[in-house]
Amino acid sequence: MKIESIVENITINIDGQDVDVPKGINIIEAVKMAGKGKEVPHYCYHPKLSIAGNCRMCMVEMGMPMRDRTTGEAILEEDGSPKIGWMPKPTIGCATNASPGMHIRTHSDMVKESRNGVTEFLLINHPLDCPICDQAGECRLQEFSAEHGRGYSRFIEDKNVKPKRTRLGPRVTLDDERCILCSRCVRFSKEIANDDVLGFVDRGTYSTLTCYPGKELAHNYSLNTVDICPVGALTSTDFRFKMRVWFLKRTHSICTESSIGANTEIWSREGKIYRITPRRNDEVNDTWMTDSGRDLFKPIESEDRLTHYTIEGVHTTCDEAAASVVKLIQAGDVALVGSAHSSVEEQFFYKQIADRSGAKVSLVSHQGEGDGLLLSEDRSPNLRGALVTGLITDLPEASLETLACEINSGAVKTIFAVNEDLTELGISKEALAKVNVIYVGTHANATSEVASVVLPSLSVFEKDGTFINQSFRLQRFKAAVPGPRGIEPDYTVLEKIAAPLSQEKPASLTIDLVWERMAPKISQFDDSFRWRSLPDDGVALNASAFLDLDFVETKNLKYDPAAFKEAHAAPVEA
Amino acid sequence: MEILEASLPYLMPVVYAVAMISVFMGLCSYSVLAERKVSSWIQGRVGPNRTRVPLIGHIPILGNLMTGLGLFQPVADGLKFLFKEEIVPGHVNKAYYYLAPIVALAPALTTMVVLPFGRYVDADGITQPLVLANVDVGMLIILGISSLGVYGIVLAGWASNSKYPFLGGVRASAQMISYELAMGLAILPVFLWSAAPGSEYGMNLFGVVQSQQSAWLIIWQPLSALIFLVALFAETNRLPFDMAESETDLVGGFHTEYGCFKFGLFFVAEYAHVIMGSSIFVLLFLGGWNFLPWLADPWGAGLFGTLLSVGWFMAKVFFMIFFFIWMRWTLPRFRYDQVMSLGWKILLPLAVGNLVFNTILIALYDTFTR
Amino acid sequence: MAKTKVLERKPLSFAEKTFLPQIVSGLKTTFGTMLSKGVTLQYPEERPVIPDNYRGVPTLVRDPNGREKCVSCQLCEFVCPPKAIRIIPGEIDADAEPDRAHVEKAPKEFDINMLRCIYCGLCQEVCPEEAIFLQDIFSLSGYSREEMINDKEKLYELGGTLPDKHFKWDKKKAAEQAGNAHH
Repeated sequence: MKIESIVENITINIDGQDVDVPKGINIIEAVKMAGKGKEVPHYCYHPKLSIAGNCRMCMVEMGMPMRDRTTGEAILEEDGSPKIGWMPKPTIGCATNASPGMHIRTHSDMVKESRNGVTEFLLINHPLDCPICDQAGECRLQEFSAEHGRGYSRFIEDKNVKPKRTRLGPRVTLDDERCILCSRCVRFSKEIANDDVLGFVDRGTYSTLTCYPGKELAHNYSLNTVDICPVGALTSTDFRFKMRVWFLKRTHSICTESSIGANTEIWSREGKIYRITPRRNDEVNDTWMTDSGRDLFKPIESEDRLTHYTIEGVHTTCDEAAASVVKLIQAGDVALVGSAHSSVEEQFFYKQIADRSGAKVSLVSHQGEGDGLLLSEDRSPNLRGALVTGLITDLPEASLETLACEINSGAVKTIFAVNEDLTELGISKEALAKVNVIYVGTHANATSEVASVVLPSLSVFEKDGTFINQSFRLQRFKAAVPGPRGIEPDYTVLEKIAAPLSQEKPASLTIDLVWERMAPKISQFDDSFRWRSLPDDGVALNASAFLDLDFVETKNLKYDPAAFKEAHAAPVEA
Repeated sequence: MEILEASLPYLMPVVYAVAMISVFMGLCSYSVLAERKVSSWIQGRVGPNRTRVPLIGHIPILGNLMTGLGLFQPVADGLKFLFKEEIVPGHVNKAYYYLAPIVALAPALTTMVVLPFGRYVDADGITQPLVLANVDVGMLIILGISSLGVYGIVLAGWASNSKYPFLGGVRASAQMISYELAMGLAILPVFLWSAAPGSEYGMNLFGVVQSQQSAWLIIWQPLSALIFLVALFAETNRLPFDMAESETDLVGGFHTEYGCFKFGLFFVAEYAHVIMGSSIFVLLFLGGWNFLPWLADPWGAGLFGTLLSVGWFMAKVFFMIFFFIWMRWTLPRFRYDQVMSLGWKILLPLAVGNLVFNTILIALYDTFTR
Repeated sequence: MAKTKVLERKPLSFAEKTFLPQIVSGLKTTFGTMLSKGVTLQYPEERPVIPDNYRGVPTLVRDPNGREKCVSCQLCEFVCPPKAIRIIPGEIDADAEPDRAHVEKAPKEFDINMLRCIYCGLCQEVCPEEAIFLQDIFSLSGYSREEMINDKEKLYELGGTLPDKHFKWDKKKAAEQAGNAHH
């Protein structure tokens, strides 16, 4: 059941056109819903924050149908249409809620003039920094100045001078001159991050954004203030002066930090990632993400990246490495250590390999402390994927002691490890020396060093795929940058292993072919699911089969285990 | 000593011949330079002006002047031709291919023998021509031998065994035949007059020059001069008649397949023909070494006078060479059918008419003056 | 339908039919040009006069104080049609260059690939700092591809100093020091 269907719709009139909008919505959102690219310019308003109404940019003209005070009857114009009583002065759109019959003008002369005036005031003390400002290109002030400004300055006095490089926290640098005092960052820290550190000091044009004495903007959500800053005042210390945003290609992706599965955008240019920002998904992460999740792209260029298929330390081709893996698996007594970091597609192939080789599958859980917001206790992005694909049926353990026993007893001769450093999970190096190790992963570690066959894989930024997050939401990510040269996508390599195990010829696969094969075999998936046609904000899967499992996640921003269980236990057919 | 004296009559002609060929070849290479220089002046360019020979080129003012005029350029050109790689295409007929440039150049050098280029007064006070072989049939030899030059071109076109040279060769031979007739007919009146009854000059080339002491033949035989001049352009394959080369439609014509020194020989041969043609025109129509029409020669009887006469003759030849080059950059190339119709339909009838007219004139003159 | 008027060609006179007068006048023309002054420049020694608005090799210029003007806004990189410009922006080290710290940003690397450059001048037109100019250098050659990529050092060497008196950043600094600060 969708929430919108409960809300009563009302009709308002925007620029002479009747529009149906939910009751209680504000004018900015209502105009956005009216479509046709119509927009009320605004700085301080943010859909996920409280309304401050201090930038005065979203001025619109508002009027209501006039009624006779005595009789209550509508007063009509001569042509029979209701007479509108326009307010004498414009009103701010963000703090005005739509009410039935309301009339709005977003492009009248008065509105244009007020926007023009507001823009001129905002620009009085704004420095002419655009050539060096990182916000240029995604700056609301720049855009609205071009659209609503006058194009030249009448201000002949000296501009205010404010600190240009204030360190607000470990990741945020403030340029006070550029600040237009919209207070989005202040509200964000207070309302979303629950860490009230920012505020304004001084008065009038000298107002300055600062941290409270003795505090700094150090919480794990500080970079969201940079994202929501409509101008270039708050800048990411990491991204500062790195690259102009208009060169960057945006790719939709999913954050792998935890089972939240925050929707992200990867900003890359020519195979190099410059930054990660959150992408709005009201079901998952609203418009936020953690600071720690934004750093995850940095290891993909590190020195210890696995870049060659190797057999016993010797470089080889993908085909030969796969053939040698098949030989090892066919020798029998295989244990597969899967990963909750693999995509759904890869887990589907691991499941196939396990089925065809009779390998025993174990998975390792990675847990940490949750913060109740967008960092959950389960630090793997795709544990639910392993359950849905049937790779595992139970929740994973934190270590591999049973596997270690089996190695020592000789029951296991080959270990197929995916992305896990076995030496840190209770299997000693001496024990590993007794068995053949096949390692699939992105970076070198102690396990890859002793592995007989190493199959380098692509990171989440370099491949296409899907993850299933904490609330069983199937979410798609796309490749933003090319991987190391010569590394094939994991599913093609795994096909080269899985197919020979059942005496088939490996097919040459694309992500779409994988989905054609996979969608019918997984009961939670609709047969028509295709990777390419998944919606950008993901698909909620039927989780009823897994409600008995005791997941580690506690309540966070969009997920409440108890409420989730309740909602899915007795699914209401719409 | 006696042997030397005895052999002197035989040795001297050889020495003269070698000296003359040296001078002539030098003239050829410098007319190449003249062509390049005059062409560039006419086209508003500068032309060769960079080549500098070590010692002479560094004489303070003179060196720079000579360098600027490109006087050392022929040396560089010649050396370049000599040192270039000899490339012989695989499909050519080797023997004729090598023979062609020689055949092209040899006639021009041979005709030199009968070419008087000055005069001296001998011990008896009789004016004698400066010539290797003073024969009465001089002009006949020149006409006969210089026409052989076209065999070089035809041979080159055929031996090259490829389309463009072949077309060039065919064109050259057709053109040669067409204009040879007009050329021969055009100069007949000249010799008719100089050997007319009662004339003391005879058919000798020296005699023709001597007959122009008062009026140059170009003045009282202008039609002959014009026909001869046009035919001369055609015979030497110079623009506007260079159908054999015709870069625009035949790449390079007969010498398309030639490179390095063999190409150089063709090049020199062309200029040798130009010089020979100029000399003959000067002898026949421009009064040879005679000073100016109706003005007595100021050359004295001594050695100095002889040198002056040679110098004056050379000056006229140089002007003619210049005229060849000048004409080249003034007129566009004819179409081939135009070349043919000009030769057969206009020049030949004109020359015949001219001959008949002069014959009648001489007959009348002979009848009524005696 | 426009009315077609057939113009009768004037019949040629006898003299014209012989073409001789025309040839003579042609000879006159060519002789005249032979005597007129040539137009050839003796290139390496003589150089043509380059007009002020000539679009030669793009260069970076310094201001009269000898500081680099470019702030690596990358607009030229963005506008460059053949993508010849490649900039790696960098931050000015406030400790190393205190008198320039207020500019904050300067190119770390600035490469113009002259094998790609089409001399369109859009980079000069778009530059908000008047730092890049297509000057009068018209002969640029090299022995290797690498040589044809002008790096920052080469660009400044070619560009020299622009004697303009804007001093935008000096004014900014003056305002910062004596200006309108509250504290």
